[in-house]
This record gives sequence, structure tokens and C-alpha cells, in this order.
Amino acid sequence: MTTNRIERHHYDVVVIGAGGAGLRAAIEARLAGKRTAIISKSLFGKAHTVMAEGGAAAAMGNVNSNDNWMVHFRDTMRGGKFLNNFRMAELHAKEAPERIWELETYGALFDRTKDGKISQRNFGGHEYPRLAHVGDRTGLELIRTLQQKIVSLQQEDKRQYGDYDARIRVFAETTITELILDGDRVAGAFGYRREDGEFLLFEAPAIVLATGGVGRSYKVTSNSWEYTGDGHALALRAGANLINMEFLQFHPTGMVWPPSVKGILVTESVRGDGGVLKNSEGKRFMFNYVPDVFRKQYAETEEEADRWYTDPDHNRRPPELLPRDEVARAINAEVKAGRGSPAGGVYLDVSTRMPAETIIKRLPSMHHQFKELADVDITKEAMEVGPTCHYVMGGVEVDPDTGATIGQVRGLFAAGEVSGGMHGSNRLGGNSLSDLLVFGKRAGEYAAAYADSLPARPKVSQALVDTAVDAALAPLSRDGENPYTLQQDLQAVMGDLVGIIRRRGELQDALVRLAELKERVAKVSASGGRRYNPGWHLALDLRNMLVVSECTAKAALEREESRGGHTREDFPAMDPNWRRLNLVTSLEGDEVLLSRKPVPEMRPELITLFDRVELSKYLTDEELAGFDALAEEASN
Amino acid sequence: MGTKRHFRVWRGDENGGDLQDYQVEVNEGEVVLDVIHRLQATQAPDLACRWNCKAGKCGSCSMEINGRPRLGCMTRMSTFEENETVTVTPLRTFPIVRDLVTDVEFNYVKARETPAFAPPADLEPGEYRMQQVDVERSQEFRKCIECFLCQNVCHVVRDHEENKRAFSGPRYFIRAAELDMHPLDAKGDRKEYAQAQQGLGYCNITKCCTEVCPEHIKITDNAIIPMKERVVDRRYDPIVKLGRRIFRRDQLEEQGTRPGPLLAQEPSHHAEPGADGVKWNRQVAQGQAAAVDENGRLPLSEFTFDRAAAPSPFGDDVTFPLPPDDLNYHHSNKWDT
Ligand SMILES: Cc1cc2nc3c(=O)[nH]c(=O)nc-3n(C[C@H](O)[C@H](O)[C@H](O)COP(=O)(O)OP(=O)(O)OC[C@H]3O[C@@H](n4cnc5c(N)ncnc54)[C@H](O)[C@@H]3O)c2cc1C
Ligand code: SF4
Ligand code: SF4
Ligand code: FES
Repeated sequence: MTTNRIERHHYDVVVIGAGGAGLRAAIEARLAGKRTAIISKSLFGKAHTVMAEGGAAAAMGNVNSNDNWMVHFRDTMRGGKFLNNFRMAELHAKEAPERIWELETYGALFDRTKDGKISQRNFGGHEYPRLAHVGDRTGLELIRTLQQKIVSLQQEDKRQYGDYDARIRVFAETTITELILDGDRVAGAFGYRREDGEFLLFEAPAIVLATGGVGRSYKVTSNSWEYTGDGHALALRAGANLINMEFLQFHPTGMVWPPSVKGILVTESVRGDGGVLKNSEGKRFMFNYVPDVFRKQYAETEEEADRWYTDPDHNRRPPELLPRDEVARAINAEVKAGRGSPAGGVYLDVSTRMPAETIIKRLPSMHHQFKELADVDITKEAMEVGPTCHYVMGGVEVDPDTGATIGQVRGLFAAGEVSGGMHGSNRLGGNSLSDLLVFGKRAGEYAAAYADSLPARPKVSQALVDTAVDAALAPLSRDGENPYTLQQDLQAVMGDLVGIIRRRGELQDALVRLAELKERVAKVSASGGRRYNPGWHLALDLRNMLVVSECTAKAALEREESRGGHTREDFPAMDPNWRRLNLVTSLEGDEVLLSRKPVPEMRPELITLFDRVELSKYLTDEELAGFDALAEEASN
Repeated sequence: MGTKRHFRVWRGDENGGDLQDYQVEVNEGEVVLDVIHRLQATQAPDLACRWNCKAGKCGSCSMEINGRPRLGCMTRMSTFEENETVTVTPLRTFPIVRDLVTDVEFNYVKARETPAFAPPADLEPGEYRMQQVDVERSQEFRKCIECFLCQNVCHVVRDHEENKRAFSGPRYFIRAAELDMHPLDAKGDRKEYAQAQQGLGYCNITKCCTEVCPEHIKITDNAIIPMKERVVDRRYDPIVKLGRRIFRRDQLEEQGTRPGPLLAQEPSHHAEPGADGVKWNRQVAQGQAAAVDENGRLPLSEFTFDRAAAPSPFGDDVTFPLPPDDLNYHHSNKWDT
């Protein structure tokens, strides 16, 4: 029988999350000489990052030497509809190449160009081929490489100290349920080990959140059970802010058939490599959905689009490569107009576009996945795809340079999908993997520096630990509802009312229902014991999912415009005044508070990287006047 | 449209357990993992099972389905007969935690013991240049999703707990092979290491690992066999012994000939035949005793070796007389003067 004994550990830096961001942060903290712990809900090496397919964006210029950080920066801002934290976008564009090259020194094997450099591929929203990749299993390569780098650091420690775990240790299948504070400083993290249900307390002055996203609150999602918004909720409860929570990315091309694999993604590179979207009438419909802001960059005829694949310098891009929110919306419109496939999606076809061998060579795991899961041979027939909840742009508000969270708490850092700001209202494909590396490294570095700067370690109070223990045990002794039912109800609310297309009435309705669910979740019960009991685990995750869903619904109701990953049917246009505002959510007691905060203004040398014509689609007249003044100054 | 199907799922923990019967709804297009999830949501909320991606990419959902090691998320229900009972049990080779979850720590221990990539000292980040053809061999092994099905099925550890200490298993043989074939890896003794420390010698090429690999990695043909062949070549090469009887290191140096291959701590892979026509580039290793187990005995037995009786002390692939081309014996004129 399990006990209430608590296993205590002391570290300098605790990293919650073993995806790309968490592992990179941990490596950096360890390299800075800090004793570092990595905590992960699943086994080491299984984090969500393994699922990323397409690649990692970095302006190395290996395939097209015109590429550089400025072009990448521009693409990122454009993709995020200028709502991005410009400083994050700048750091990301500048540092991504170094981070990718570094992976090679850890043993990564990317696909190569003819002259032996890292090959780069096209992806929606990126002007040049920019994504470093390994077939279509780039995320696996990334995580395995970081995992193996950690092993190599452990081997070093073993040689030096006689113990693999001397300076960096992985706690797999361990879930953190609460952060413990000492005043306004982080003092530790409390959680349970899945295997035996025993509790653990990690005392540490600095904590890095790298827990990924929130997609599990949606019915059709590409995300795994881990994505219950734990990091978002932990940050909120510790006093940090979330921003941009209304922006969720719905991937345009998730599998919609067969039913059991609904939500699994078909990588965007299928389109980058020549795949086209067709409706039930066999028409390539994307040409009808090129928004004005993109008109100049995209082909108008099928002939021009097709020439682009072989001669990208003299032709415009095919509209299939529009940013993914445009593609998602187009598919949604086609389905609503009755031109969808039987399963409610559209067709993505590569089979008529290139020979079977080329498809298998370029998209090996896609081919494999469709064959094994759906018994569909993508070299012979089209795939059935539709929008799927995929990524949350919003997240913990952080200082761009250090990853330190903004709000009422010190010593808390965040990186990766759990953090917000970098991607603005919409993330470009491939920008996440590079984001993980760039900001994971920074968070690890600054968390280590912060730990060093403290004169004394914050103290963990027993009372707070006892509260955390009680909260964790509560569902096991209560007599209430089954957590699975509650999760399904939550998914229905979010999927139906706070989904890809939103309306005021529905959002209000959603908030009412979320309030009801909150009461039911407070009484959730789990049968069975503490050993590896998924029902209990879900019961504990539910309260995180709920508070994060509430932030999303509140922010979605507040933002009366459509931009990137937030589409309001009642406010279909982008509004330059809204571009200047971030929506910030925080927690007071268990009340979600919402406030508005200005988006930081780009520095002159960055804003002048853009064309005035382009800016005029996003900026207010007042801002444009400021831009004109800058331009004039520059020409004098 | 769902039909009721009969499932038998092993429930229990390290104190024991048994197969429990469930009647559960199954819909068209579903996989075994979907059915496990339905059981959790309806009849057995505390049924323990690992999963993450539900797309065959993370290697979490390994289980034995009707006795065959499989990924739950990649086993379509349509592969079973309509009235067939589906029996789901945990991986047999690893200690049970609960229900379908096993303690796979063994694999992480072995991973930690496998020497990591050794970056070339003279290249800065960004300076790595490799050809696609040269990275492809290693890339095949890097497809591994660490589902540990190969580890589970390998009889060397499946039926012999006592071998676990000395045997890393197919997953880590491909890791060694991957690094051995990595164009820029700076560590030259991956094969020797595999033999001496990872227990490569226990493997008798039954190919069970290859058969179950969901990534279709040709574990035996592309990793184990090449690793074994050249290991045999280096470890038991009689010529090494012959050479050592005739030369001393100082004598060789006196002749101005690089003695590298004879002192094959650092085998030279790429040297051209010397001006004197001697193939100094032949990869030969220092003679080593065969790997023995904790009791000091040769681990090879009729069960684990691919032929009856003991292996030749000269290496199994060596027949006499040796072809003269393969000899790197060089007669010294300055003998003892
Ligand atoms: C199918 C798919 C394809 C994608 N393709 C691409 C692509 O091609 N290019 C790209 O750039 N991006 C892609 N993305 C997005 C990208 O993969 C993710 O955004 C990114 O991997 C997130 O990484 P992370 O390090 O932030 O978190 P993750 O890798 O998700 O890791 C989160 C970690 O936190 C742990 N954790 C969570 N909660 C807790 C808790 N309470 N206690 C302890 N540990 C916890 C988890 O166990 C896990 O280890 C894709 C995403 C999906 C789903
Ligand atoms: S081929 Fe070797 S490693 Fe593979 S299962 Fe057989 S004995 Fe084990
Ligand atoms: S080699 Fe294949 S079977 Fe073995 S762990 Fe890797 S993916 Fe699984
Ligand atoms: S759940 Fe990831 S491989 Fe089955």
C-alpha cells in the first residue's frame, strides 16, 4: 500500500517537461554547472515533440542563399499577423541556425544538400526553403538527439563523480500538480510518480516550465493525453500571466478518415512537395481563397503554380502553401458549401503529382502511417483531410530575452509551446521546433543565472505541501462523477463553441457551461488506487484543462476581430486597433481575470525591414504616420 | 454501427493477476488502443496503459496482442476475425508495474551505458559536411521509436533474466551500428565495444527483432550482421598474433612503417596500401579474449550460437590457407642486426 511519505529532492534548476524545450533548457542549465532535474509525465523520449514531422525553421541559407534572419523575421511577423512579440521573433530568427548546427555536434543526422550541408525544404508561409528536416520525422530526430546529448552529459558525470545522476537526472512518468512558493518566489514543485502513486517534492529556487500545449480540451486534436495545459495552469496558480490564449491553431490537414485516427496530422510538407487540395468536384479550390494581403505572392493559375516547384525564382507560389489558418478556413468553407468528402473533409492528393518512388522517398513516414493505419496507399489515392486542433499560440507571458515569467512570481521561467508571444496570432510551420531550441536554451541559461543570484534558497513550507497532498488525494476518496465523462463534456463545449469559427452567443454560452463544469470537476472522483491509475491522473488534469479553457473562452469573447488562429464570424475582418492589444489572463482565487495590454512596438531598424504597402494592411493610420517619419529620417 | 467484441485483458500487478473478460463495442476503422480507451472510459477507468501519439510515432503503446508484440495504436481491429477473441497482455520481458504497463528501465540503463556520439575535434558547429548517401545508413537506425518491442522479443533476455546484465539488446546494437556508420563519429572502436561490453556475441541472428520492428528497421541484416562480421574480423584475426610474434613496436618504427593496424586501439580506416604493397589499412584489432560472463565462462552455447560446438579461435569466417592479398605480414631485412 502506498503511503503519504514524500520523497524529497534538492536541485538548482527543475525543468518540468521533457520535450524539445525542456531538454534544451536542462542541457543549458547543466552546462552552466547547475544540478538539474528533468520531469516528464511520460517516459523519457516520448514527449509530444516526437510527433513533429515537417522540420525546424532556421535561415541557414543552404538551399537558397538569399535567405537570412531578416527574411525569416519578416515571415514570422507576417504569419503572426504582426501581433508577435517582435523581440522574440527577432531572437528566434537570429539564433535558430546556431541552435540547429549545434544539434549536429550532438549527433543529429539531417538530410543533406548536394554539397553536404543540411538540406532545407519549403513550408507554408516561409519565403525560402528553410526547414531543416529528416524525412518527415524531424521531431523524433530532435528529441532523440537531445535525449542522447543528456546521456552523454551523464556519462561525463559518471566519469567525474562516479554517478550518472550526479548533475542531471530524469524523473520520467512523474507529474507535477503544484508549484510551491515562498512569498513571491518559487521554492519547489510537488507531484506524484505514476508508477506507484508516491508523492515527490522537488525543492529548487528556479523552475522552467516546458509542458507544451492544451489540445486535449478539444474533440478533434492531434495532441496526446499529456496536453492538458498543466504548465499554463501551474503558472496561473503561481501568479504568472497568460497572453494570447484566444489564438489556437487548427491544422488544416488532419486525417478525417478512418474515424479512429481522426485528428492525426498529414504534414504540411505534403503540400510543400507538390500535394494539392481538391474538393469533391475535383477542383483545386485554393485559388479562390487567396486573401488580398497575400495576392502578390501567390500564383493565380495552376500552370504558374506548377512551374514554381521547379523554378521558384520566376514564378509565384501555389496557394496550397498559404499560411495554415487560411488553408483551414478555406477547407472549412468548402465543406460548409457542400463540396466536402464523405467524412467531412477535402482531398489532399499527391498520387497524381509525382511518381510513387518519389513520394515514398520524400514522405516515408506519411506513406507508412497511411498504409498501416488507414490502409490507404497515398501513392495511388488521395487522402481525406480536415481541420484539427493542433497548437496553442497563447501561453505564459515571458520576458523575451530570459524566458522569465511576467506577473506576481519570481524564479519561474517558461519555454516552448507553453510560453506565449513568439508566434503572435498564428505560428508558421517549422517555427515551433526552432522556438523550442532557441528559447529552451535561453530559459535554461537564465534560470541557472537566477539560481546563482539568490543569496539564500527560498523555503518550502510544510503547510503548502500538505495542501497539495490533500488536493491530489481528494478524487480518490470522493464519491462523484467519472473523469472521462467530464473530459468528454469539456471537449464538446470547447470543440462546438470555442472551435475554429466563433460567435459571440456561443462563446457566452461556453462560459456558462464551463462554470457548470467547474463545479462538477470540483467533485470528480476516481476509482482504484494510486498505482498507475489513469482515471486518477485524468481527474487531476481536469482542473488544469478547465481553467485554461476558461482563459481561452474569455479572451475569444473579448477580441472582436478575426486574426490568425482566432476567427469570429461576427467580426470577420482584421482590425488594426486590435493589433495593438494583447489580452492577458491571470488568476485571482479561482476567478479568471482578463486585461488588455499594449503589444510592444518594433524597434525602428526592424519595422523598416517591411514594405509600407504591406504594413498598411496591419497598422493604424497613426502607426503608419510614425513609420513614414522613420522612413523620412532614414532617407535624409 | 459498432459491434460487440470479446476482449481479454491482463489485469494485475507484481503480486500477480489474470486475464479479465470484457464485452466491448468496436467501430469500423478502430485500432486496439481505441478499444482499450473505450474500456477505460466505460468499464475499467483505472486500466493502466501507456500511449502518447496514437500514430505509431512515440513507441509508448507496446503490448502483446494475441501473443504477438505490437503497437496497440497500429493494430487495426479489421485484422481480426469478427468473432475472434482479442487477448491483450503486457510485454513479457520486463517487470510488471500494473495491467499493461511494464517497467522498461532496463532499456534506459542500457541506453546510458552505450557511449555517446563523439564529435570530431576539428569541426565547429555549422562546418559539418556529409553526403546524403553516407548518412542514410545511420538514418535508418535513427528511425527507431524506442518501442522496445525488439528488446521484448529477443530470446536472449526474454527467457533468461540472468543475461540482462551482459546483453544490451537489438535496440542498442543498432545504436552502436548507427554511430559506427556515422560519417563523422570520432570514436573508432564501436564494434569492439559492442562485442566486449554490449554482449553482441549472445545474438545468434534469429531475426525475431527485425520481424517485430514497427519501423521496419532491418536490425539484423543492416546492423547486427555487419557489426558482427567486422568484429570477428578484428577480434580473432590470426595475423595479428602472427605479426606480434615477429615484430616489436620499436622494430617497426625503426623501419619507418606506421604500425597502426597492429596496435589497433585506433584502427586506421582509410589508409592506402603502403608503397611497399603491404596492406597496412587492413582493419585488425588487438587480439582479445572472447567475452566471458560474470562467472568467467564463455557465454556461447549451442542455444545462443549459430552452429554447434565452439567458435574457431581464429574467427569463424577465416579459412586456411589465407589469401595472400589479405596478409599484412612484412618481412624485415633488418632483422636482429
Ligand atoms: C502532429 C504534430 C506535428 C507537428 N509538426 C511540427 C513541425 O513540423 N514543425 C514544428 O516546428 N512544430 C511542429 N509541431 C509543434 C511542435 O511539435 C510542438 O509545439 C512542440 O514539440 C512542443 O514542444 P515542447 O518542448 O514545448 O513540449 P512537448 O514536447 O510537448 O513536451 C511537453 C513535456 O512536458 C511534460 N509535462 C506536461 N505537463 C507536465 C506536468 N504536469 N508534470 C510533468 N511534466 C509535464 C510532458 O510529459 C512532456 O515531456 C507539431 C505538433 C504536432 C502535434
Ligand atoms: S537477431 Fe539477435 S538481437 Fe535479434 S532477436 Fe535474435 S538474438 Fe535477439
Ligand atoms: S528498433 Fe524497432 S522494434 Fe526496436 S525499439 Fe526501435 S522501433 Fe522498436
Ligand atoms: S501511441 Fe505512440 S506509438 Fe502507439
